[in-house]
Amino acid sequence: MTTLLPPGLESVPEPTATDAQLRRFLHGLPGVDQVGAEARVAQLATRSIKNESKDWALDLIIRMIDLTTLEGADTPGKVTSLARKGLRPDPDDPTCPPVAAICVYPDMVADVARITAGSSVKVAAVATAFPAGRAAMDVKLADTRQAVADGAHEIDMVIDRGAFLSGRYGKVLEEIVAVREACGTGPDRAHLKVILETGELATLDNVRRASVLAMIGGADFVKTSTGKVAPASTRPVTMVMLQAVVDFRAATGTQVGVKSAGGIRSSKDAIRYLVLVNETAGPDWLTPDWFRYGASSLLNDVLLQRRRRTSGVYEGHDYVTLD
Amino acid sequence: MTDTTEPTAPSGGFAYAPAPQATDVVDIRSSYGLFIDGEFVAPEGDGFRKTVNPATEEVLAEVADASPADVQRAVAAARRAQTEVWGPMPGSERAKYLYRIARLIAERSRELAVLETIDNGKPIRESRDSDLPLVSAHFFYYAGWADKLGYAGYGPDPKPLGVAGQIIPWNFPLLMAAWKLAPALATGNTVVLKPAETTPLTALHLAEIIQQADLPPGVVNIVTGAGETGQALVDADVDKVAFTGSTAVGKAIQRSVAGTAKSLTLELGGKAANIVFDDAPLDQAIEGIVNGIFFNQGHVCCAGSRLLVQESIAEPLMERLRTRLSTLRLGDPMDKNTDIGAINSAEQLERITALASAGEEEGATRWSPACDLPDRGYWFPPTIFSDASQSMRIAREEIFGPVLTTMTFRTPDEAVAKANNTPYGLSAGVWTDKGSRILWMAQQLKAGVVWSNTFNRFDPTSPFGGYKESGFGREGGRQGLAPYLEVTI
Repeated sequence: MTTLLPPGLESVPEPTATDAQLRRFLHGLPGVDQVGAEARVAQLATRSIKNESKDWALDLIIRMIDLTTLEGADTPGKVTSLARKGLRPDPDDPTCPPVAAICVYPDMVADVARITAGSSVKVAAVATAFPAGRAAMDVKLADTRQAVADGAHEIDMVIDRGAFLSGRYGKVLEEIVAVREACGTGPDRAHLKVILETGELATLDNVRRASVLAMIGGADFVKTSTGKVAPASTRPVTMVMLQAVVDFRAATGTQVGVKSAGGIRSSKDAIRYLVLVNETAGPDWLTPDWFRYGASSLLNDVLLQRRRRTSGVYEGHDYVTLD
Repeated sequence: MTDTTEPTAPSGGFAYAPAPQATDVVDIRSSYGLFIDGEFVAPEGDGFRKTVNPATEEVLAEVADASPADVQRAVAAARRAQTEVWGPMPGSERAKYLYRIARLIAERSRELAVLETIDNGKPIRESRDSDLPLVSAHFFYYAGWADKLGYAGYGPDPKPLGVAGQIIPWNFPLLMAAWKLAPALATGNTVVLKPAETTPLTALHLAEIIQQADLPPGVVNIVTGAGETGQALVDADVDKVAFTGSTAVGKAIQRSVAGTAKSLTLELGGKAANIVFDDAPLDQAIEGIVNGIFFNQGHVCCAGSRLLVQESIAEPLMERLRTRLSTLRLGDPMDKNTDIGAINSAEQLERITALASAGEEEGATRWSPACDLPDRGYWFPPTIFSDASQSMRIAREEIFGPVLTTMTFRTPDEAVAKANNTPYGLSAGVWTDKGSRILWMAQQLKAGVVWSNTFNRFDPTSPFGGYKESGFGREGGRQGLAPYLEVTI
């Protein structure tokens, strides 16, 4: 791997750094040219994935999905049904892998954990007053602790975008560090995904800065969006985040994952993300440990494509389950 | 987070399965004559030459070699069409033909893209996504000018020059044909076009489109052949010579037309500097460097073949560049995922190989990513020379291949001095986040095109052309009309 430190990341500040120190550091990161980033993404979108590489990609996509429901109307019945779907996405085909995780609101964690117990499928909870994050710090921490206590393996927290946009980087960092602590300690601690809500950060420069800030705070994953703000995940944003995690590993030795959430509905789009991971971050990130999709309707589209690859015909929507 | 059902990746991570573009969309004839006066005709002599697929060395077709008599026949047809039909025709009528050609090209773009890749060796991704869209865009753009010439700034009623003899290169065969034909036709000139001898096929299929568009006979004539045919065209009774190609041939043409009334434009070689400052958007700069020199296997006259990097970021930048080069996919140009195709001819491969060896002998550090070259065809791996200096041949001569020479600079003044220190002056690139520096650099650089935070970006509305040994005259934009008009102001 890289032996030279990436420009801008020669010395990464401690999580205790001041606003001024963080500002100097974050604004010293190499800029991102939006036009160029979009051109690169458009070029990679022309990759043509066929035959056995498509089979492999479709299965990998399923294994990378955090199957998600985040509605006010969620009930134990709804999340239980979704969890069962995640364990066996295609009841007709035992070779179909399970998803990576079931992602729900914290009060639904226990219901999901009952179904997924003993399986490889994780329970992820969106904590910290998701999606706005506008709550007192102790509320956010209590939210997190409750989810962990109920059995969440992964916590998807939101950053304080207001603080970030007003330059109070220390405040953003402090919250990430505190939530990471609330995730527990030791090998069984909950993994922390930090949601940047890139639709509100607006510029790709901000996306890179927020990604690095989250990694300094101890994020296991950086995640694009809540899914509640448009635009949610986009491929240019995901590419910049992938470049940020690659640079961060080169600078610190710590590998961090990326989760693209919201708006990815088709297999074709999901494969384009996979190509982006492959050609931006490389094969080290091409596993469910290091790349995830936050999605709900994507799974059924992948299943339909997968069935088409085995049966030769594109079956109707009634051949996959609605949960 | 382990999984019991983990499938194994196809060898080496995400290996893309072959994704070949279907080639049955194009029908290549076994033999092509000359396109004169609206028809394909046999050449006067029995001279034919073969054109090959550079990726496989397979013979594609035999193509006529036009003799001086054939060229004169074509010029006579063009002269008649110019004085009797095309010259007197109102611009609004000429525009209709050009729009029709533009639409037909767009409709048949897949066929033409496939043919271009077969004959030239460039990746189908580039001929499909870059060449062909630009070809039809160029005709659309100049169609729009045909009835507005009085408003172009060249007098109230500018007149065409007459018959244009146009000679084009093999690197963008159809695109260069479009660059030459569209402004000439829009302004009321008629044309005799000579495509390059290694890549004549798309121009000949364009002749079919010209027939399909019912363009009056003789307005466009296409004569195939090599240097002698080109010389015959330059010497023939034409009013205008337009040439794109090597500087050596351009100079010979300029000597030939000296003392005649023929008007001349030349678009010749280049050795463009791609200048990266330490505040550049790095990841995009890497893409721009790759696009600058490895687009079309580096067979680009405006290629960013000299990378000038600010010394403070040189090492990490070069490391990133090497990592990025390792992901380039070299191979079958017809595979939709191929980034680097074949070198156009054995002759060009020999030239690239010789210059690269010279670079090593002169002491520059040579590097290429690990990549398997196919057994048949003409191939050269993407190559970087680092630690190069201005005095080396690889830093001065145009290589016209996938070979990047890198040097460093310390200050903006030094970057400008080194960038301009070349006999060429076609293009340059500037990578920085500082807008004021971009504008200052653009003023200082002696290059016809200066790209900022991008490279090799083309648009029919933008004039293109060189300074110094890169030639004179502009193609594209309003300025691209001037070389084909009697400019009265």
